[in-house]
Amino acid sequence: MSIRLDNIGKHFGPTRALEPVNLDIHEGELVGLLGPSGSGKTTLLRIIAGLETPDRSGTHTPARILFGQRDVTHVHVRDRRIGFVFQHYALFRHMSVYDNVAFGLSVMPRRSRPSRSDIRARVFRLLEMVKLEHLADRYPAQLSGGQQQRVSLARALAVEPDVLLLDEPFGALDAKVRQELRRWLRHLHEELNFTSVFVTHDQEEALELSDRVVVMSDGKIEQIDTPETLYRAPQNRFVFEFLGDVNHLEGDVHGGVLTCGDARLAVDLPDGREELLLRPHEVRLAEQPQADCHLPVTVTAVSPVGAEVRVELEADWLAKPWLASVRHADFEQLNLHRGRRLFAHPRQWHRFADAASAPAPSHAA
Amino acid sequence: MQRIGDSPGVRRLLIVAALVLTAVFLLLPLVAIFAQAFAKGLGVFWASVTEAHTLHAIFLTLAVALLTIPICLVFGVALAWLITRFTFPGRRLLQTLIDIPFAVSPVVAGLIYLLLYGRNGWLGSWLSAHDIQLMFAWPGILMVTVFVTCPFVARELIPLMQAQGSREEEAAVTLGAGGFAVFRRITLPNIRWALLYGVILTNARAVGEFGAVSVVSGAIRGQTNTLPLNVQQLYQDYNTVGAFSSAALLALIALFTLAAKAGLEWRASRRETHA
Repeated sequence: MSIRLDNIGKHFGPTRALEPVNLDIHEGELVGLLGPSGSGKTTLLRIIAGLETPDRSGTHTPARILFGQRDVTHVHVRDRRIGFVFQHYALFRHMSVYDNVAFGLSVMPRRSRPSRSDIRARVFRLLEMVKLEHLADRYPAQLSGGQQQRVSLARALAVEPDVLLLDEPFGALDAKVRQELRRWLRHLHEELNFTSVFVTHDQEEALELSDRVVVMSDGKIEQIDTPETLYRAPQNRFVFEFLGDVNHLEGDVHGGVLTCGDARLAVDLPDGREELLLRPHEVRLAEQPQADCHLPVTVTAVSPVGAEVRVELEADWLAKPWLASVRHADFEQLNLHRGRRLFAHPRQWHRFADAASAPAPSHAA
Repeated sequence: MQRIGDSPGVRRLLIVAALVLTAVFLLLPLVAIFAQAFAKGLGVFWASVTEAHTLHAIFLTLAVALLTIPICLVFGVALAWLITRFTFPGRRLLQTLIDIPFAVSPVVAGLIYLLLYGRNGWLGSWLSAHDIQLMFAWPGILMVTVFVTCPFVARELIPLMQAQGSREEEAAVTLGAGGFAVFRRITLPNIRWALLYGVILTNARAVGEFGAVSVVSGAIRGQTNTLPLNVQQLYQDYNTVGAFSSAALLALIALFTLAAKAGLEWRASRRETHA
């Protein structure tokens, strides 16, 4: 079931939580709403669910929410046919795992409610799917966080919702369980092919899990794109900075050379104050400066854990330390250790004239 | 292990002080009540308890309590639901207003009811014109009893429902449950112990209320006399054994209530360690 939002905004009293937004989510898509806290992503999700009502539109276009062809703007949550997975699971604490999952079926109107044995069969099929059939008689307090989250997913799926909405589904879990559940959800999504929207503040999670990511900040949508496009071609500075570590180089450009203390970099830019942004993997380290690039740095920390070595760099001309990621081979060749003096060479840099402008990536030697 | 302020001397002093105070102020009076009630033997005690007016007082007291509890229950749940699940202007004010019956002296409450609903009161003249008598009759006793006991259930529920939040109820609604199903299957099971506790407190207060009831009841023997009023009347008539027999009954109801409360707390703590 596709989801379409037209002109959906929200105020809480005088506070604006969400600027009117438009959003199209295709059938079968897994979409992540990504943003820092207070960016309006949970509000947007709760509006889709019907747990919050959107503001009445102040313009000609009415505020509308469509599920497929069905206008659900004024449909009550209980009739929207959604599955909602809450941040802290919100399991019914006085009910067993079985009763939790069966709840949605047991409150259906008598006419459409499945028989006892049908409910039983369906609940156990779901519990099998989330690999918890052996815990059917347990109570939520007796389960681990990951298990509780799986119960809450099974409970949401029991009523066969048209769309599945998840609010920070893995936020309260430790890293390893989170990784496992993420993979599992992706798998489940492909298998059952429902439309899902999830909220997260973790960019890695959003990029790994989503077909498309909606980046939000301050109640606005900043960019909607596939993870690849988002990472390669961020539309503005906020998106660029939110999606990963960023190194800043701020200085004055004069005659094609950016200067900042004793650091110099040849750039093809008009004169004036400039701020360039670099990802850690765009910083190359060398023992010698080059004619068009003189960026002396000192290594202050080295973390050789993972596929690449992460190096922290400091210099007089830097307000905040830089991060560089270096291949293990280069790490040995350069003899990296704390206190080592080197020169940084940007492979590539980015600049955003202002928040609204188009990206202008450029290359340095 | 010894903590700060936990020297053996201090500990012993505090324990002794607590025991002495409990004995002097709580236990001794209780013993005295039963001692006085049985001073002239079991037979006299039984005779004064089964005396027609006393029997009627017992009946009236229990009947009023039985009627008060459901009223307070519905009122308390509705109020707690309103305050913890909705935001609206005046919510804080309402939360403060709940405590009025605690803040106002029961005698004052009784007088206000008399002023409003009595024969010459604002509403009373209309009522008497329609031949409805509230004051100096059991409805009046019920009204003031409800007034003084209505905060108990709400006061028990509000902090609990605030702490539990509305997530489980929201989850139930997203699963298609209607309002009544949400209340019966999610809200009620989560608050049932606090609810029972509120009922026990309500009952204790309803049975023992003196001040407000004494103003509106008129204390007509065999008609509008409740147990606490009966105690006072008998005592003023120099019928010490009779007075203390009724008092012993009240004390018994109180002890039973306390036992029920302790039992509930014990069950609740057991449930928590099991879950």
